[in-house]
Amino acid sequence: MIRLEDTSGSDIAGAITAERHRMGSPTTGMVLTLLILADESCQSDATLAAIAAARLHPMRVLTLIPRPQDQQTRLDAEVSVGGDGGPGETAVIRLRGRLAEHANSVAVPLLLPDTPVVAFWPSDAPEVPGDDPIGRHAQRRITDAAAARDPAAALRRRAAGYQPGDTDLTWARLTPWRSLLATVFDAPVGRVTGGHVHAEAGDPSALLLAAWLRRRLKATLEIVPQDEPRNGSQVRRGATGVTGVTLQTRAGEIRVDRIDERTATLLRPGAPETSIALPSGALAELLAEELRRLDPDEAYGSALRGAVA
Amino acid sequence: MSSVRGNPLRDPQDQRLPRVAGPCSMVLFGVTGDLSRRKVMPAIYDLCNRGLLPPGFGLVGVARRDWAEQDFAQIVHDAVREHARTPFNEATWSRLCEGLRLVPGDLADAATYAELARVLADLDQVRGTNGNHAFYLSIPPGMFPVVVEHLKSSRLAEPSGDSWRRVVIEKPFGHDLASAQHLNHVVQEVFPSGSVFRIDHYLGKETVQNLLAVRFANAMFEPLWNANFIDNVQITMAEDIGIGGRAGYYDGIGAARDVIQNHLLQLLALVAMEEPLSFDADDVREEKQKALRAVRLPRDLGKHAVRGQYATGWQGGVPVRGYLEEDGIPPSSRTETFAALRLDLDTRRWAGVPFYLRTGKRLGRRVTEVAVIFKRAPHLPFERTAVQELGNNALVFRIQPDEGMTLRFGAKVPGTSSIQVRDVSMDFQYGDSFVDSSPEAYERLILDVLLGDPPLFPRHEEVELGWRILDPVLDFWSAKGAPEPYVSGGWGPHGQYAMIERDGRTWRRP
Repeated sequence: MIRLEDTSGSDIAGAITAERHRMGSPTTGMVLTLLILADESCQSDATLAAIAAARLHPMRVLTLIPRPQDQQTRLDAEVSVGGDGGPGETAVIRLRGRLAEHANSVAVPLLLPDTPVVAFWPSDAPEVPGDDPIGRHAQRRITDAAAARDPAAALRRRAAGYQPGDTDLTWARLTPWRSLLATVFDAPVGRVTGGHVHAEAGDPSALLLAAWLRRRLKATLEIVPQDEPRNGSQVRRGATGVTGVTLQTRAGEIRVDRIDERTATLLRPGAPETSIALPSGALAELLAEELRRLDPDEAYGSALRGAVA
Repeated sequence: MSSVRGNPLRDPQDQRLPRVAGPCSMVLFGVTGDLSRRKVMPAIYDLCNRGLLPPGFGLVGVARRDWAEQDFAQIVHDAVREHARTPFNEATWSRLCEGLRLVPGDLADAATYAELARVLADLDQVRGTNGNHAFYLSIPPGMFPVVVEHLKSSRLAEPSGDSWRRVVIEKPFGHDLASAQHLNHVVQEVFPSGSVFRIDHYLGKETVQNLLAVRFANAMFEPLWNANFIDNVQITMAEDIGIGGRAGYYDGIGAARDVIQNHLLQLLALVAMEEPLSFDADDVREEKQKALRAVRLPRDLGKHAVRGQYATGWQGGVPVRGYLEEDGIPPSSRTETFAALRLDLDTRRWAGVPFYLRTGKRLGRRVTEVAVIFKRAPHLPFERTAVQELGNNALVFRIQPDEGMTLRFGAKVPGTSSIQVRDVSMDFQYGDSFVDSSPEAYERLILDVLLGDPPLFPRHEEVELGWRILDPVLDFWSAKGAPEPYVSGGWGPHGQYAMIERDGRTWRRP
């Protein structure tokens, strides 16, 4: 790792190239640049997750940490290339003092030429990510409503400021749930007349899941909030707060209950209860999923509109 | 898949949902065997762990009578624990266990199949597998006829209504054309060709798709992909290991049957084929078959087919035994552990471009690659001394390990006062698939079987075309004496160099 103090965007770019040469691998197969906008409390988790995801999607990871509270106005950076951190390039950049407002000017010389840019706000996100100076570089903008103090309010803001290319990790966390439910419907089950999504109170994923099911099944679905997470100790922080889904059909009830971090039970009409995998992905896996496709996620867009309607 | 079409929760725009197999079970014959323990069962566990198996999935093991149900569970447990790629998780394990059944019995005994039928009917009832069952024959090919015949007579091979029955067989698919045709006849008597899945685990889907993507998604390679620009193609699969404990399987089979017939000819077909109309199973297969049908053997096999057998030596700093000293190998064995072969394709695209195929055990290092070697530039406006060190341009697909691509071209040596050109290699490495959501080759193959998705499984036509190409070579060798011995840890027998130098070319050191 190289530490650069009181530096500039182009010096950081130079340091990355120099480090690449020093490692003896002047060519790279980078597929994108990931810009992470984070504060000190979450930058480390987000950067480590991005480095892990870079093994699947080789990329340049730029973590920008605005520190307006600092007295001095200056730029410090830690640069690392390859090695234990995987094939990617990483720069953790601290924007001290007044520089905190000029993240964009630091980022511009560091974007890889002619490859996609993705922006990621692991905690607080701008009102309209697509209009943010950093967000404007990005064709994919990843936020995480679950990390906000009021996740449901955050999700409403996401909907108000939505532009194609936006996406939120609360949606990615639902993929195992959605996949499981879709599997149940691979066998004909008849019309769904109604149902419930059980979730921890205020859980943003539940809003999206219910909206998605409502729209796809054309049925009325209610969210049943639970004050106490049923298996709170077993469901790790950051997983969805969705604990169960019940759907009424003419033949009877379809019921899925999460029992721990990896497993759920499934009850269908005419079949005995079975347990089934319901993995909850770590941040690295969620990010890797987000980076697999960089075109607008329309399924998310319509679920988001439905969630706040 | 008809069930998916009517599924309100599946939307073509929704790209995140993975494809999950419908309700089904898998019956594993030879469940206590090495392959089943090292590969098949761990892959099933990994699929389960990733949430890619349907609810109520059943796994039925058929094994000799002396296994008790608990022992079976223990065997699967240990195998999975040791070999699975995803972390071992007791909850996933107990979930898989709910669908685990053992049918002990003799594979030649009708009672075994009666019991199997009862167990499957029970799974349909209790687990909701809906009559969808895949039979995985992880047994020696000699046993295929017995098992397949019993599956037929016990009516286990017959689906009813919407359900399906599939059979999975592993290579080797015969040991020559006649035996392959016989094997195919036996299997297709009972299962229609769309229900037969031949697993070539080595040629994972990822590899094939990478190759197809590079060839057909880019504008800059395909125009050069012909005899006007390409000088020759070298396909190498080198292993650093010996035969290990596989003496019983390997002796009498040899490198050509084990590797060239299937793996290397499949790679040749993928490199040489014309652009398929689409990436549908049938379209890709059609083009591969056309390429294989165009293959012509050299006129003088004595000059363009070479075989060798590894002798004692040092392998990466470790002393190793020669083939004839391996346990279970008769000292008079003539089985080759190295084979190299020149093939030509009679098409306009490839006229005059030789394809050199070689494979061997106990070679310098483990590597599989396809090297497309270009012709030299028709005119070089440099002093002769300036380009003395310049070789041919090359595009190399690394299949394993470190899957990726290397492009070799000439560049100026920096700093010298006069211009001097030498070769440089530009390297691209595919990202690895580390995350839970990206299954490895075996998992993808099994998932494709359960989904009924056959694109990359070779069909019997391809298998038979492979033998048609190789049989004359094998006949030629069987009439000759012993293979040429080569020192372990190098790149094989001298004969291979004489073979390629005769054509005015050299092997690339992989």
